[in-house]
Amino acid sequence: MIKLVNVEKAFGRQQVLRGVTLEIPKGKLTTIIGRSGEGKSVLLKHIIGLLQPDRGEVWVNDVEISRLRGKALNDVRKQFSMLFQSAALFDSMTVFDNVAFPLREKLRLPEREVRERVDEKLERVGLAGMGHKFPAELSGGMKKRAGLARALVMEPEIILFDEPTTGLDPLMSNTIHRLILDMHRTFGFTAVMVSHEIPEIFSISDWVAMLEQGRIAAMAPSADFQRITDPTVHEFITVGGTVSLKH
Amino acid sequence: MTAVLQRVGRVTLSIVQEMGRMLIFLLSTFGWLTRPPFRLFQMVKQLHFIGFKSTFVIVLTAAFTGMVLGLQGYYTLRRYGSEAALGSAVALSIIRELGPVLAALMVTARAGSAMTAEIGIMRITEQIDALDTMAVNPLQYLIAPKIVASLIGVPLLVALFDVIGIYGGYIVGVDLLSINAGAYWNSVETAVEWKDVYGGIWKSISFGLIISWICCYKGYHTTMSAEGLGTATTEAVVLSSIMILVWDYFLTSVLL
Ligand SMILES: Nc1ncnc2c1ncn2[C@@H]1O[C@H](COP(=O)(O)OP(=O)(O)OP(=O)(O)O)[C@@H](O)[C@H]1O
Ligand SMILES: [Mg+2]
Repeated sequence: MIKLVNVEKAFGRQQVLRGVTLEIPKGKLTTIIGRSGEGKSVLLKHIIGLLQPDRGEVWVNDVEISRLRGKALNDVRKQFSMLFQSAALFDSMTVFDNVAFPLREKLRLPEREVRERVDEKLERVGLAGMGHKFPAELSGGMKKRAGLARALVMEPEIILFDEPTTGLDPLMSNTIHRLILDMHRTFGFTAVMVSHEIPEIFSISDWVAMLEQGRIAAMAPSADFQRITDPTVHEFITVGGTVSLKH
Repeated sequence: MTAVLQRVGRVTLSIVQEMGRMLIFLLSTFGWLTRPPFRLFQMVKQLHFIGFKSTFVIVLTAAFTGMVLGLQGYYTLRRYGSEAALGSAVALSIIRELGPVLAALMVTARAGSAMTAEIGIMRITEQIDALDTMAVNPLQYLIAPKIVASLIGVPLLVALFDVIGIYGGYIVGVDLLSINAGAYWNSVETAVEWKDVYGGIWKSISFGLIISWICCYKGYHTTMSAEGLGTATTEAVVLSSIMILVWDYFLTSVLL
């Protein structure tokens, strides 16, 4: 289980998180929504210990990680994998080596098994036969999918997805959602996803939370979330379908 | 008055702080170096980049440095009728000073700046964070191989510089200005002592450390913007070059 208690974070004078308290249920898929620049990526980075809160606590399976360093933090991170918003592929390596990297580094699997698992994941994200390319030779959406393959290949306990479908066409976006859901059902990992895909996320998430002004404005099972009457939440999740800019 | 004092104090503090951070950076990298897995493949790759790929620049610089020393030395020495000492003049200046310093400056310009840029880009594009999330320590995976490769590569490049430089002096002195070849080599042989060679080796090893340390540190702490990367690269090259010259003076005064 992941739990954040009153997490505050500022960059210089800019206060981004103003006391986030959030409990993410184990084995469920929780989606965090919120406006651009609100601090969703910053929030994810706190969960995996890439950023330290100025105040507050971050708990992962009964370990308070926000003050951990070195080996202790590494041990916690072994339960995680993360898809970065920017994909963060290693540009000195081919797509294949990128996806194989955690298998070789963390699990030290024999090369034959690495090949099998990487090829399988690349096929599932629609990048079969692209393994030999370098990240610079891929489109934005392809990079995202390669990053997704790298996050999924380890099958860890917790996976963080920062906007897995941004920049993908609707069909591909659908495929990726189904892939995440499928993997989630098979392996039962705890998933935390940041996404702007409203309303699709309501049909794939178990829980939805909204970050607003540096706090969690609402969190509910996804079926109930759409019935929330709080005006900012309501506006945020319905505006996409109702506003038309054409006259 | 207090405002001035305050500012001086703040600047001094931040310099001391930065120096402390740099020292911790280096020490933790050496700490990670002693722990498995040992990144042998990465080290060889870096050695290829820092060492082998710098040979062309080094050969070119060394040849012209040696040749110009030959010219200058010849006309200066001829005034005293001691052209025969050209070999020792060229060899001593190159082995003691110019070889280590110029080679180190060339490596800084070629490989050091590239190191900063490479690591800086990895920082900006979150590749270093990605390493962290995969529980792979970036100091061990990225930085340590570069420092080791630089410690090995720079002395080898300096040795190459010395040989080519002395031969450059030979070409000018013997082939163009017709000094006796035997006299040139004889003068090299009698003047150069082991002490000079050791001095050159110590210098080049410490320059190797300075270059990789400063350039990796600056890249690793690049701030999140494109200008950040430019600033980091410039600072790395300028600071490395200055440190090379300052440290050279210090070492020379100790070694002599
Ligand atoms: N490393 C950093 N240094 C300084 N400021 C940062 C840093 N990371 C994030 N910020 C700032 O924090 C704020 C929140 O950024 P964040 O990336 O979390 O937004 P987001 O909610 O993920 O937005 P988007 O939906 O566009 O991805 C932004 O204003 C950003 O400028
Ligand atoms: Mg984001």
